[in-house]
Amino acid sequence: MTNFIWLAIAFPLVGVVVNGIFGRKLGRAANGWIAVGTVAAAFVVGVLSFLQVPSLPEHAQIVPLWRWITIGDFEVYLSLLVDPLSMLMTLVVTGVGLLIHIYAIGYMDHDKDVARFFTYLNLFIASMLILVLSDNFLGLYVGWELVGACSYLLIGFWFYKDSAADAGKKAFIVNRVGDFGFALGVFLIWTTFGTLQYTNVFEAAGDKPVAVITAITALLFVGAIGKSAQLPLYVWLPDAMEGPTPVSALIHAATMVTAGVYMIARSNVLYALAPQTSTIVAVVGGVTALFAATIALVQFDLKRVMAYSTISQLGYMVMAVGVGAYASGIFHLVTHAFFKALLFMAAGSVMHAAHDVIDMRRLGGLKAKMPITYWTFVVGGLALAGFPLTAGFFSKDEILAKTFEANIWLYAIGVFTALLTAFYTFRAIFMTFHGKPKDAEVYEHIHENKPVMTVPLVILAGLSIFGGLLGLPGGLGLPNWLDGWLEPVFELKNMFVPAEAVHTGVGTEVGLMALSSTLVILGIVAAWWVYLRKPQIAEKTAQSFAAGYKLLANKYYVDEIYDALFVNPARGLGVFFAKVVDMGVIDMVLVDGTAKSVGYFGRVMSRWQTGYIRNYVVSIFVGAIVIGAYFFLR
Amino acid sequence: MTAIEIPALNFAALLPLFIVVGTGLLVVVLDLFIADKKSLGWLSLFGVILAAIVGNMQQGGAGFDPAFQNVSLLDGYANFFNIIFLSTAALSILVALGYLGRVGLHRGEYYALLLFATSGMMAMGMATDLMVVFIGLETMSIALYVMSALNRHSRPSGEAGIKYFLMGSFASAFLLYGMALTYGATGSTNFSDIGSVLTAGTVAPMAMLGLGLLLVGFAFKVAAVPFQWWTPDVYHGAPTAVTTFMSVGAKAAGFATLMRLLMVSFPAFAVDWQLAIAVLAVLTMTLGNVAALAQKDVKRMLAYSSIAHAGYILVGVAAATTEGIKSVLFYLLIYAFMNIGAFAVVGVLEQKEAIGTKLTEYAGLARKNPWLAMVMALFLFSLTGFPPLAGFWGKLYIFRAAVNADLTWLAVVAVINSGVAAFYYLSVIVQMYMKPAADDAPEILPSTPATRIALAVAGLAVVLIGILPASLVDMVAKGVFG
Repeated sequence: MTNFIWLAIAFPLVGVVVNGIFGRKLGRAANGWIAVGTVAAAFVVGVLSFLQVPSLPEHAQIVPLWRWITIGDFEVYLSLLVDPLSMLMTLVVTGVGLLIHIYAIGYMDHDKDVARFFTYLNLFIASMLILVLSDNFLGLYVGWELVGACSYLLIGFWFYKDSAADAGKKAFIVNRVGDFGFALGVFLIWTTFGTLQYTNVFEAAGDKPVAVITAITALLFVGAIGKSAQLPLYVWLPDAMEGPTPVSALIHAATMVTAGVYMIARSNVLYALAPQTSTIVAVVGGVTALFAATIALVQFDLKRVMAYSTISQLGYMVMAVGVGAYASGIFHLVTHAFFKALLFMAAGSVMHAAHDVIDMRRLGGLKAKMPITYWTFVVGGLALAGFPLTAGFFSKDEILAKTFEANIWLYAIGVFTALLTAFYTFRAIFMTFHGKPKDAEVYEHIHENKPVMTVPLVILAGLSIFGGLLGLPGGLGLPNWLDGWLEPVFELKNMFVPAEAVHTGVGTEVGLMALSSTLVILGIVAAWWVYLRKPQIAEKTAQSFAAGYKLLANKYYVDEIYDALFVNPARGLGVFFAKVVDMGVIDMVLVDGTAKSVGYFGRVMSRWQTGYIRNYVVSIFVGAIVIGAYFFLR
Repeated sequence: MTAIEIPALNFAALLPLFIVVGTGLLVVVLDLFIADKKSLGWLSLFGVILAAIVGNMQQGGAGFDPAFQNVSLLDGYANFFNIIFLSTAALSILVALGYLGRVGLHRGEYYALLLFATSGMMAMGMATDLMVVFIGLETMSIALYVMSALNRHSRPSGEAGIKYFLMGSFASAFLLYGMALTYGATGSTNFSDIGSVLTAGTVAPMAMLGLGLLLVGFAFKVAAVPFQWWTPDVYHGAPTAVTTFMSVGAKAAGFATLMRLLMVSFPAFAVDWQLAIAVLAVLTMTLGNVAALAQKDVKRMLAYSSIAHAGYILVGVAAATTEGIKSVLFYLLIYAFMNIGAFAVVGVLEQKEAIGTKLTEYAGLARKNPWLAMVMALFLFSLTGFPPLAGFWGKLYIFRAAVNADLTWLAVVAVINSGVAAFYYLSVIVQMYMKPAADDAPEILPSTPATRIALAVAGLAVVLIGILPASLVDMVAKGVFG
C-alpha cells in the first residue's frame, strides 16, 4: 500500500476537480459527501500505509512518482516519503480532517456557496498532504505555499464582508514575510548541499560548517514563525477567525499551523547541529506561549480565546522542538489536534445555534440546552488545561519535563502558562455554558445541533481523553509508544549529536506532574470562584488593575504598533510609488512612451506592408544580396 | 558473369511517408464517389495517426539505416519531426472538420492536399541530400499554395494563394542557386559528403555563397525578416484552417532541414553562420513583435506573432550546439500545440466574410463562452511564455541554450521581446475577460465535436507539458542526430 500513498493526495484532488467544476450542478448534499468521501478514502490509504511502516526496511520508503523539472544540473524528482513521522502526520491530517469535513456539512448548511467551500477544503487537505509527504525541501515549500493559499481563500471565504477580506489579506501578507525567509533557507540548502532531498541533505549535514547550518535553520525558522503563528508574526491568526469555524478548526488549529513544528521535527538533524538556532527556537516558543495566554485571559469572543490559546499551545510545541524534544513536540501536536479541533467545533456549534453570536457576554447558561456540546467542550477544555490523565496532560507534561531538564527558566514560563491556560479555558466554559442567560433573545433560539455536527464532537472527545495513551510518561517506567514509533526519524540526529543520558529520576518526574496538576486545578477553581461564585470580582479586578487590563484587552497594542511601524510607512511609500513613481514616471514616460514609440514603429511596419508583391520582392532581393555578400566576403 | 547489383533501397524507412501519401491518394479517389466530405477528413486523420504509430514502432529498427542510397534517413531526429508534422496534420484536420463546414468550404481535395503537404514536410525532415530537400520542399509548398487559395470566391484567399506562389517561386530560385553553388564547390549533394569536403580552414567562397543563398531560401520558408512580407498577407487571407496548418508545419519543416544542413554540412563555418542567424533572429523577433502590437485583427496579430516565434526558434539554431537542437525540437512541438490551439479558436469565432476575427469582437467572450475563452487564454499565456505552461519551458530551454553558447546578448534581446509580446497577447485576454460584449456582436456558432477534441488535446498538451516538462525533455534527447 505504501507504493500507492500518492492516492492519499490524489483523492482529495479528485474532489477539488469534481466540486470545483460541476459543484453547482451536483447540489449541496452531493458537494459535502463527495468531499467527505474523498477525505475518507485518503484516510483509509493513510491507515493502510501506516500499518505497513514497521515492516519497511529502516522504517522508511521513498516512493518516486516522476521527474519533474530538468534544467541542466538542477533536477527535481517528485517523490514522496513514507516514514513514521510523515504517516503520523497523514493520519492526523486526514483523520481529524475527515471529522471536520463531516461537521462542516452541518455547519455550512445555510451557506449558499457550499461547492466552493468544499472545493477549497479538499484542496487544503491535498496541499497539506503534499507538505507532510514530500521527501524534499522543494515539495515541502510547494505544500507550504499551497496551504497558505488555501488558508487565504478560506479566511476570506465570505469575501463580501470587509473584515473577512481584510483578515485574508493580513494572513497572506504576514505569512509572506515568513515565507520569504523560508524560501531563502531552501535556496541556501541548495547552494550548500547541491540537493534538496531530505536524506542527502541530512547525511551530508555533519560535514558542513556550523555557521551555514545555523543560517539555514534560522531562515527556515523564520518561515515557521509565520506559519505557526509565533512572536512576532502571530498577528494574523486571531483575525483568521473570520473564516468559517470548520476552517478555524482544521487549518488554524489542528493542521496547517503545526507545519512549522513538523518542519523543525523533520529537519531535526539540522537543528541538532545548530544549537544557537535551537536556543532561539525554544525561547521564541516559550515567550509566545506565555504572551498569548495572557491575552486570552481577557478576550470575550469565544473563538478568539481559542485562537490565542492555539498560539500559546503552538508556543509549547515550538519550545519543545527548540529544546530538542522533537518527539514531545509532535506528541503535543497530535493531542492538540484532537482537543483544539474539538474546542473550535464545539464553539462553532454554539455559534451555529446562537445564529453567529460568539460574544461570551451575550451567552451563558447554555449547558442545559446543548448537553452534547457542553460536555464535549468540557472534555476538550480539560485536555487543553492539562487536567490529569487527559491527552493534553500527558503531552504537556512531557514537554515540561523535557524543558525542566534543559532550562529551568523556560520551565517556569511553561508551568506558569499552564496555570493561565486552565484559568482562561474555564473562564470561557463558565461564561458560555454556566450562570444565567445574559441575552434572552439569543437564549430563546438555542437548540442542540444535528448529529452530523455532534457525532464528530463525541469522537474527538474520546480522542481527547484517551489520546494520551500514545505517549505515557517513560520516566515512570510506562510504555511510551510514540517515542518508539518516531525513533527511526531521529536516528541520524542521535548519531551526529548523541543525546545526553541525563534522565530525571522518578521522584522529580512525579514532583513535576504533581506541581502542574495542582496549578491546573488551582486555575480551574480560580475561574470558578471569579466567574461563577463571585462575578463581581472580575470587574473589580479589571478596575483596580485598569492599566494592565487595558493593555491585555488591547492585545499589547501589537497591531497598533505594527500599523505605526510597518503598515503606515509602507502605505505611505506605496502611495508615493503609486502616485509619483508609477503613474508619473513609469506609466507616463516608460509605459506610455514605450507604447507610443513601439506603436509608432508598428504602424510604420504596417505601412510598409503594402500588399504589393513588387515591394516584397525588393526586400527579399536586398536581403539576399546582403547575406550573400556577407558570406562571400568572409 | 557479374551479378546485377540491386541497391538496397530500404523502403521500410519511408513507410510512414508512404502511409501518408497513400492515404492522400485514396482520398483523391474516394472524393469522386463520396458526398460526405467529413468521412474523408476522418479517413485522413486515421492515416496520419497510423503513420505516427508505425514511425514510432520503427524506432531503433530497420528504418534507422539510410534509405535510397543515403538520401534519406529516418533517425530519431526525423522521427521527432514526423511527430511534430503528424500532430500538426492531425490537429489541423480536426480543426478543418469544423471550420470548413461552417464557412462553406468543405471539399475533399483539402484533405488530400494537406496530406501531400505533410508528406513533403516529412521528406524534408528525413532528407540527407539536397535533391530530396528540394523535392520535399516543393511538394509541401505547391500543396500549400493551392490550399491558401482554396476559397476561390474570396478575394483575400485568391490573393494569398497567388502571392504565396509568386514569392515562394522566387525564394525557391535562390534556394536552388544555393544548392547548385554548393554542389559546384564540393562535388556532392549529400549532406555528410559536403561536410567532409568543407573541413575547418577550407577557403571556399563559392560554397560560402551557396550557404548564404540556401539560408535565404529557408529564411523565406520560416518567415524570417526581411523575407517575411508574404506571411501576414497569406496567413490573413488564407482560410483559417489552412493558416493553422501552415503556420506550424511549413515552419517546422524549414527548421528541420535548415538545422540538419547547418550542423552536418557546414559545421566548419559555424562561426560565420551563427552570426548571420543571430542577426536574422534579432530582426525577426523584434519586427514580428512590434508589428503585432499595431494589429487590430486577432488573426493578423497571430500571423505576426508566428513571425516573432520563428525569431525565438532561430535563437536556438544560432546556439549551434546539441543543446540548441534539443531546445528547438522542444520548442517546435510546444509551438505546434499552442499556435494551432490559438488559430483553432480564431477559426471557431470566425464566420463568413471574415466576421469575428477583430480584436474588439473578442470582447465579453468569457461570459458568452467561458470554455472557449479559457482555452484561448491558456494558449495565449503559453505563447507569452507564462509559467507553468508549456511555452514557458520552451522559451527557458532556448534561452538557456543561447546563454550556454556564449550568446547571452541574444538571449537578453529575446527576453525583452517576450516582454513586448506579452502586451498584445494579454490585450486579447483583456478583451475576453474585462470588456463587455458589444450589442451588435455576432452570435457565436456552436463548435463541432471535432474542433472540441482538437482544442482539448492542444489545451491538455499545453498544461501537461507545463507541469511535467521532464518527460518531453527525455523524448527530445532521443531526437538528436549524430
